[in-house]
Amino acid sequence: MITIIVIVLGLIMIIAAFLAIYQKNLVAAVISAGVISLLASILYLLLAAPDVAMTEAAIGSGLTTVVFLYAISKIKKKDGE
Amino acid sequence: MVKRIIILLVIVFFAIIIFPLLKVDPTDSLSSLATKYIRDGADELGSANLVTSIVVTYRGLDTLGEVAVLFIATAGVGFLLRKKKNSSANKRRKSSEILSSGTSFLVPIIFLFGVYIFTHGHLTPGGGFQGGVVIASGVLLLMLSDVSLKFNHFLLSAIESFSGFFYIIIGILGLFLAGGFLDNRIFSLGTFGNIFSAGAIPIIYSLLGIKVGSELVGILGNLRDSE
Repeated sequence: MITIIVIVLGLIMIIAAFLAIYQKNLVAAVISAGVISLLASILYLLLAAPDVAMTEAAIGSGLTTVVFLYAISKIKKKDGE
Repeated sequence: MVKRIIILLVIVFFAIIIFPLLKVDPTDSLSSLATKYIRDGADELGSANLVTSIVVTYRGLDTLGEVAVLFIATAGVGFLLRKKKNSSANKRRKSSEILSSGTSFLVPIIFLFGVYIFTHGHLTPGGGFQGGVVIASGVLLLMLSDVSLKFNHFLLSAIESFSGFFYIIIGILGLFLAGGFLDNRIFSLGTFGNIFSAGAIPIIYSLLGIKVGSELVGILGNLRDSE
């Protein structure tokens, strides 16, 4: 059962990774990069590493996404001027 | 064409390097160092969470290095984005009712959870880094709901410097009172599994949590306030 969940999570992560690279919309690309981290944190939890899972969920899918979104909004503001 | 061949060669090279790793099964047997940690770790350091005793005490110097890396990253962000905009808050849209009500309900719980994570780092999964990041994400929620929220950057950097300073002081105390730098046995180990146990680990993790939290809040505040 756990093997199936791990395989499904891995497949979704690979799809999200390709979306993050080939997506034209930058905000959507950043969010799919965040999805990779979120699924990776579930994977760590299944592999009995809750310490790493906490860090990955909070930093990878929370703070990094927000930092990227701030950067994108700054770049757009610069372009608009 | 040449570029493609080079890319292909690099991929094949990495495949050759990585392929032997597939045969190694890490769950098969432990290395001698890991065996020693698992056998003696709980008795030596009194921490119920073995990961914590490795991260804070056995590999405490590495943790100090990680904290230094985070500090340098914060300093770099603060240096590059130091220009402040004066009338930034007025132009922004007000946040929605759902977000502001949800924030006022959730933020105290998130803060409490973050403090719980780093004070119980020696008993349950988590620790200073995780707790600090959870607190920073609570502050992020506050920032999103209240666009005119101001940060006292001086206070943040003072908190951060003092917790880093005391972390080093505890490390040096370990040099004199116990086995070595960052040794947690400068206080009594207490009863195994209690909150006041494992010597200096709860204090070190609380200092780390405060330090990491204030650093990340500083990064977020600098990003928002910069031009």
